[in-house]
Amino acid sequence: MIKAMINNTEIEVPEGTTILAAAKKANINIPTLCYHPDLIPGGQCGICVVEIEGIPGLKRSCMTPIGEGWKVHTHTPRIMATRKQLLDLILSNHDTDCLTCIKNNNCELQGLAATLGINSIEYQKMEEKLPVDNTSVSIVRNPNKCIFCGRCIQVCSNIQSVNALAVNNRGYESAVTTAFDAGLGNSPCVNCGQCVVHCPVGALYEQSHIEDVWRAIHDPDLFVVVQEAPAVRVMLGEEFGMEPGSLVTGKMHAALRRLNFDAVLETNFTADLTIMEEGVELVSRLKSGKNLPLITSCSPGWIKFMETFYHTLIPHMSTAKSPQQMFGAIAKTYYAERMGIPPEKIVSVSIMPCTAKKFEAKRPEMRASGYQDVDYVLTTREIGRMMREAGIDLREMPDEPADDIMGEYTGAATIFGATGGVMEAALRSAYFLITGRELEQLEITPVRGLKGIKEAEVDIDGVKIKIAVAHSLGNARRLLDRVVEQLKNEGRSEYQFIEVMACPGGCVGGGGQSWGSNMAKRARRGEALYNEDRSLPYRRSHENPSIKAIYEKFLGSPNSEKAHKLLHTRYFKRSPIDGKIIDGENTTERR
Amino acid sequence: MERDEIIKKFSPSLDNILFILHALQDNNPQNYLSKDDIRVCAEYLNVPYSYVHSVASFYTMFSLKPRGRNIIRLCDSPPCHLMGSGSLLEYLKESLNINVGETTEDGFFTLELTSCLGVCGVAPAMMINDEMFGNLTPEKVNAILDMRRKS
Repeated sequence: MIKAMINNTEIEVPEGTTILAAAKKANINIPTLCYHPDLIPGGQCGICVVEIEGIPGLKRSCMTPIGEGWKVHTHTPRIMATRKQLLDLILSNHDTDCLTCIKNNNCELQGLAATLGINSIEYQKMEEKLPVDNTSVSIVRNPNKCIFCGRCIQVCSNIQSVNALAVNNRGYESAVTTAFDAGLGNSPCVNCGQCVVHCPVGALYEQSHIEDVWRAIHDPDLFVVVQEAPAVRVMLGEEFGMEPGSLVTGKMHAALRRLNFDAVLETNFTADLTIMEEGVELVSRLKSGKNLPLITSCSPGWIKFMETFYHTLIPHMSTAKSPQQMFGAIAKTYYAERMGIPPEKIVSVSIMPCTAKKFEAKRPEMRASGYQDVDYVLTTREIGRMMREAGIDLREMPDEPADDIMGEYTGAATIFGATGGVMEAALRSAYFLITGRELEQLEITPVRGLKGIKEAEVDIDGVKIKIAVAHSLGNARRLLDRVVEQLKNEGRSEYQFIEVMACPGGCVGGGGQSWGSNMAKRARRGEALYNEDRSLPYRRSHENPSIKAIYEKFLGSPNSEKAHKLLHTRYFKRSPIDGKIIDGENTTERR
Repeated sequence: MERDEIIKKFSPSLDNILFILHALQDNNPQNYLSKDDIRVCAEYLNVPYSYVHSVASFYTMFSLKPRGRNIIRLCDSPPCHLMGSGSLLEYLKESLNINVGETTEDGFFTLELTSCLGVCGVAPAMMINDEMFGNLTPEKVNAILDMRRKS
């Protein structure tokens, strides 16, 4: 333990504790800007500087471990002047048009300017406007807002191992961009949106579909259906000031109805459908022993990552579409047919914790219904904005159910939103499909939680299958390098079933979540999903009455000809230089 | 020479990245690092493409845009400046009809500025590719350019 003084308060902390963390323990808040609790401090901004008696120069508290007997001062006149000057320099080169900025009221730079009492910008403004990067269908980058904190680069390189963004050029001309400034849409970017979630300012945000959705809602000729991903019900509350992990399923349905969507349906319904299709796929692969391990395909960021960096695993991928795309295909066929609405009049909107879903919806092969299956994708942030614009406060909403015939769901579906959830849900049904009996111990705890790579062995009637779960693409890379190596050297892998989610924590940590998120909040949202699972009458996908109905009345059986046409997809090999499809033939059809 | 041949002269260690980039740039008839050069280097060293680009874009001795066969680097450090490199620059711009950083239409010359070349005794000075020229006057510059055009 180390004893030291901060602002005349005595503290005792373990060795290696930074001054910033030690001060926090003593209820002294040192202002920060580039610091993020989930990232390694880089000390780029210098706002968190402090004075230490006997040590010349100021020290960055985020990356300086406190020493024995130190006397630290955090708010002397010299420090306060330095902080103001540093911030002034940042602001002199920042597009301070805050009123029209996406981050207005949520900006860490804006907040800091208020905290530090900036009332004028002393240095002359640099007025050069750089072009906004609109090349990606998911993410926009506005370089005029960038403050060079380096968070996006760290998360893109170290956590996701995608390496789309880097600091290029030098000095005044240096910029956070893609190679050759080609734009995110022409880079290996997988659209996961972790850069967006970690950006402290308005330099990175989603390509908005809000205007398109308003137009569709206000068009009396169109029938607008909406689906909400599992993770949205545990994060939307935060948009309205509720605690992270508040479960707002009923309020969300009510609010969407008040936004005048014609039908409020559920992604969770098609999550159950995904389990039926993927479960049958798992069982058939386990029986044949071919193309194992089976790897899940729900996360579109992961899919593009796999196509770019691990295309040799394409035969191992589940061909089942993600719940969003299954919903899209079913809404414009089954739902249209049963409800007597012409499919060309249906506008299909999804609410997702995700930015990559915008890319997935626009993939040219995602037109199984004969139309673009999912027309518009809104992030949790965007639907929060729309509700506020419409004068709806989620907290005041009553609890309402979703609409028939695509609104009913099980606990297995709702846990899709947390890392390990798809695996757990699939095993609950696969056990039944293989043995004909129900799995008694429903909760498969080894696949829960925020450990980077989770492994377990599951006994299905004496047959042991080894499973693994990875979340964040860096963890996926570590796991898959092992799998690729095993397949190459031994012709088989030790695993039979693998779940990969692109974002840390799974969908509850997606690129479409509320601003100012961190791993602690992600964990609480995941817990809330497991709570909802426990509260639901059905907890296995195959027990869902609406799922039984759709197979009976429309699809036949899982993996039938019709199910295959509507609910399964194929994958492409992509270039790690620009993310474009390079080999049209290297794709898989069914199995 | 093929890129693969050039690159194999170096061991695939990240320590060699600058040597490899120099060799690739020297091999490129247009005196620059193309997207393919960057890609080949990234694949050989097993590092991200964006990383190699980031390194190449940081150092002024690398160009990511095509350049002429002859790269003129006029010194603009204080000693050369005092000895008249400013007016030489104007002369070069005018006679080549290009600005700093640009290439002549015939692809012969690219005009760049450089910090001290270490030959202040013969200021003002410039380099063309690997060759050094000192005690420059407009007439001398003219003769050098002519000679280059003919060679």
